[in-house]
Amino acid sequence: MSGILILIVFLPVVAGVTLLLLGRRADRAAPSVSIGVAAGILVAAVLAALLRPIVVLGFVSATGATFGVDGLTAVLLPTIAAITLLILVFAVAEKTRPAARFHGLMLVFVAAVIVTVTSTTLPSLLAGWEIMGATSYALIGFHWQKSRTMPAGFVVFTVTRTADLGLYVAAGAAVAGGIGWKLTDLADAPTPWVHVIAAGILVAGLGKAAQLPFSFWLSRAMEGPSAVSALLHSAAMVAMGAYLLLRLAPLLQITGWAGPAAAWIGATTAIVLGIIALAQKDLKQLLAASTAAQLGFVILAAGVGATAGGTAQLIGHAATKALLFLVAGAWLTATGTKQLDALSGVGRRWLILGGVFLFGAFSLAGLPPFALWWTKDAVLAAALANSPALYAAGLIGVALSAAYSAKMIAAVWAKPPATERARIEEHQWDSEGNGTRAVPSAALVPMVVLAVAALVLGVLAMPAVSAPFRSLLGASSEPESSLAELAASAVIAAISVILVLRRGVRPFRFGLAWFGLERATTVVIVSPIQRFAQVLSRFDERLDRSVDGSAQLLRDIAGRARALDRALDRSVDRVATGAIALGRIARKAQTGNIADYYAAAAVITVGAVLFLIVVR
Amino acid sequence: MLSIVIFLPLVVGIVLAVTRRLPPAVAHWVWLGTTLVDLLLIALITAPRPSGTALLGEQQLVWMPGIGSSYHVGIDGLSLPLLLLTGVIFVVCALWSLRVTDRPRAQAALFLFLQSTCMGVFSAQDLILFFVFFDLSIVGMYFVIAGWGHGDARRSALKFFLYTFLGSLALLLGFIGLYLGASPHTFDMVQLSRNGSFTGTSLAAGSILAAIVVGLAIKTPTVPFHSWLPPAHTDAPTIGSVVLAAVLLKMGTYGFVRIAIPMLPGAWRDYAWVIVVIGIVSVLYGALVAMAQTDVKKMIAFTSINHMGYVILAVGAAGIVGRTTEQAQQLAITGAVTQMVSHGLVTGALFLLAGVFYDRTGSYDLRDYGGLARPAPRFAGFFAIASFASLGLPGFSGFIAEFQIFTGSIGTTWWTFLALPGILITAALLLRAFQRVFTGSTENLSIRFRDLDRRETVPLVILMGLSVAIGVIPGPLLAIIQPAAQILVTGLTP
Repeated sequence: MSGILILIVFLPVVAGVTLLLLGRRADRAAPSVSIGVAAGILVAAVLAALLRPIVVLGFVSATGATFGVDGLTAVLLPTIAAITLLILVFAVAEKTRPAARFHGLMLVFVAAVIVTVTSTTLPSLLAGWEIMGATSYALIGFHWQKSRTMPAGFVVFTVTRTADLGLYVAAGAAVAGGIGWKLTDLADAPTPWVHVIAAGILVAGLGKAAQLPFSFWLSRAMEGPSAVSALLHSAAMVAMGAYLLLRLAPLLQITGWAGPAAAWIGATTAIVLGIIALAQKDLKQLLAASTAAQLGFVILAAGVGATAGGTAQLIGHAATKALLFLVAGAWLTATGTKQLDALSGVGRRWLILGGVFLFGAFSLAGLPPFALWWTKDAVLAAALANSPALYAAGLIGVALSAAYSAKMIAAVWAKPPATERARIEEHQWDSEGNGTRAVPSAALVPMVVLAVAALVLGVLAMPAVSAPFRSLLGASSEPESSLAELAASAVIAAISVILVLRRGVRPFRFGLAWFGLERATTVVIVSPIQRFAQVLSRFDERLDRSVDGSAQLLRDIAGRARALDRALDRSVDRVATGAIALGRIARKAQTGNIADYYAAAAVITVGAVLFLIVVR
Repeated sequence: MLSIVIFLPLVVGIVLAVTRRLPPAVAHWVWLGTTLVDLLLIALITAPRPSGTALLGEQQLVWMPGIGSSYHVGIDGLSLPLLLLTGVIFVVCALWSLRVTDRPRAQAALFLFLQSTCMGVFSAQDLILFFVFFDLSIVGMYFVIAGWGHGDARRSALKFFLYTFLGSLALLLGFIGLYLGASPHTFDMVQLSRNGSFTGTSLAAGSILAAIVVGLAIKTPTVPFHSWLPPAHTDAPTIGSVVLAAVLLKMGTYGFVRIAIPMLPGAWRDYAWVIVVIGIVSVLYGALVAMAQTDVKKMIAFTSINHMGYVILAVGAAGIVGRTTEQAQQLAITGAVTQMVSHGLVTGALFLLAGVFYDRTGSYDLRDYGGLARPAPRFAGFFAIASFASLGLPGFSGFIAEFQIFTGSIGTTWWTFLALPGILITAALLLRAFQRVFTGSTENLSIRFRDLDRRETVPLVILMGLSVAIGVIPGPLLAIIQPAAQILVTGLTP
């Protein structure tokens, strides 16, 4: 039984690393290997969800790598496996190259995600967590020849690793509190350590989930291939940040402050990033900002302890966002652009794409009966039970979700006149590489599956129907959304959509630039550190020179000592000659030489010996 | 048996040195063969894993009974990882030099001599013996840098010699203090490490500890005694840098766990916070100054100061004893020893890679390259892997070490979290250097850069393979270190 879990964790690692080591030689085999492995993981994940195996392996400590499947993992593991498989099918259809490196990195990335989501102890969780960050760096910089990609990956990795330090602090505080590294034990830590652990976990989760103030890395993550964006923003990287906080929601609750902090940061992110999404002109950037905003609802849920609602939102969002990124990627390949005004009317040119895009966009907008309408409202119901202010903030987030979704729909389904369309195709397409003007039909398959999911996944949060899901997560007592609440959010979303479709969105420069979050980080944190590094480096050179200076001093002293030595030598000689002259008895005595040796031994210090080596 | 491990390289080295007109190929293979046999011998001796207090391969011969000094060697859980590391590193050096044309026989002889001194330091159980090997290693390295270096090699070699020799004098002073403080007077390390062996006043203990710490801090090196390291690395030949970073620096950190902590536990507890501060400063200072470097070897040298800072931090934190800190102290010590091994493997690989730059173009300047991944993909791959290993990514040995160091240190001393940004800055600087050199458009010296050949690949595979092995399955290594760490922690408990 535990073999299944070992298989899930190690099969993708072994396959991925093998592909990477073989390099170009494995390019032809890579797509089939990758799809095969992903399909295998999906089967194993479903089995694991049913059988609930446990594996204990030694890592940093004797039980440092313990993997298990509880309700939360049983739900997420198949989700991750399924979405991975669909995205890899898309990547194969799109012919992402070089194939061996791409699929190798993707499989290692997925393995890291699986390690994260199945770990029940901190060391292995942190291992998966950080490898996920590093492989995301490599995937975002996949086309390293392009000058923008690697710096983008760099920002992603350094920002998320900054937040990761929180996990190191938490692990250290767990040792200080004497409770070990089991995730379920963390909430039992004595004060003050429980607060330190909660703070560390909170920072790490917020960083990975791209919540404020870390959100800007998501913008940079868009430089990667479309399949990478789709995976990073749906079931994997950002989702893991939210997962960590959902998993440790009891810990956040017990501190008294970490829960509300998470809830409010989530709500704020839903609003601020919603505004940013609304201001974007680039489809992938809009989707990126909306990811952080939608994840805000999950973080809110974690903060108020609404595990079921949060998990439903996480899964619903994963399907929806994977779908939207795949569609955007297909259009990017076909048209060579992802600018919204250049994509004007593409939904009509590629009707199936346009159709599935609507499924995703309606879901993202929170319109009934799509998945995110149900799931988001389940979160809001828990927020209302907790604090009306939080609920109100959530409703603003709902309005914004609908607004930015409507903005995409308006662009994609616009009906420009024929001359205008020709002008756009002539001048605005191919701005980011030559488009193929075609969408491979194999690429449509995963999108259709995801579109269906974006419609039906609402069952996870549907009042009355969602009972099995809730009991699976051990959250049966969580408040369910009432009809009035569902109606309220549907009406708000609908009004918001209609307003945007009718009136459009005014350009908003500051929002377009993500409120200068990255710029501010550069100015306030990065630049001062770099300047300080330069200052220290200059100081170090001075320190080095002063050491040289003291060596010089030693040399001078040695020189003086030698002069003294000579003088002594001469005087001894004189004494000797005097002595010889004085009497024959003294003639045989070798006083001069012996004294010479003695004098030398007395004054030649270690420094002088070394000096001799120099002048040699 | 252990003495064979120590002196075999020396004997072969002397034979090589006096055999004139030996074909270079023979010298190469004799050298490689000797290093392999030596490594095999260590593995044989330590096949029964060291457990508890008994020393493996122990041997004691009368040497200078008048001053309580004997030829005493033996291996325990603290020294075994370093002996194995030394064995591996010298095999790697021999492999790397298989095609060297510059005085190959002399180089082989010198490195064999150096290997003997390193093996001696890590197996010595007598302070005088330790000191002799310690000093001889400095002499050996002086000739490596001065004889085979480049740039301002003579000057850098001299600076290295002067500075570390000065450090060893401080160490000697400390050793004499230990001798005088023990009753009966002895230089035997096993006896000195016994609880209550030091009978001097706490003032005396403090001053002796100060002398020893200064000596070891110079060797390690820690801020502010580090300024000999960057020039020594920059001007040393590639394999000289490898030995210097991978093995010689460890003599300093090894001294902390072998001599300073067990022989003066009381003083160590009193001044542990000073050590922790030095550790934190070294971590941050090393990382920040490394960030400002444009010379790849200098950059790696400063990351070494940063990495050694973690070790100092951990051994310091282990000395801060509370009521419930035993687990944390053990973690810190185990992490420190793991870090010594890890740093040896990873930084060894990084210096080999740095050597490739010099071999091909004669320039260590990062700004002279760009887009190098196109002409040299294998080189790029190894550099990326070594960089990630160096920044402590899980899956590599560095993570195992740093995770234990940080959790253990925070476990005894909460404010050691101040050193955490070190792993972030290291990550940033290594990846930035990688990007600058290997990605973007191919330009300047990158054009027609020859990729790694097999002779260069094999040593890198060995080093990175071991780092990954430790990173994924740390159990065996930790099982060697942990019992020894436990003894050390027990000795620290008042």
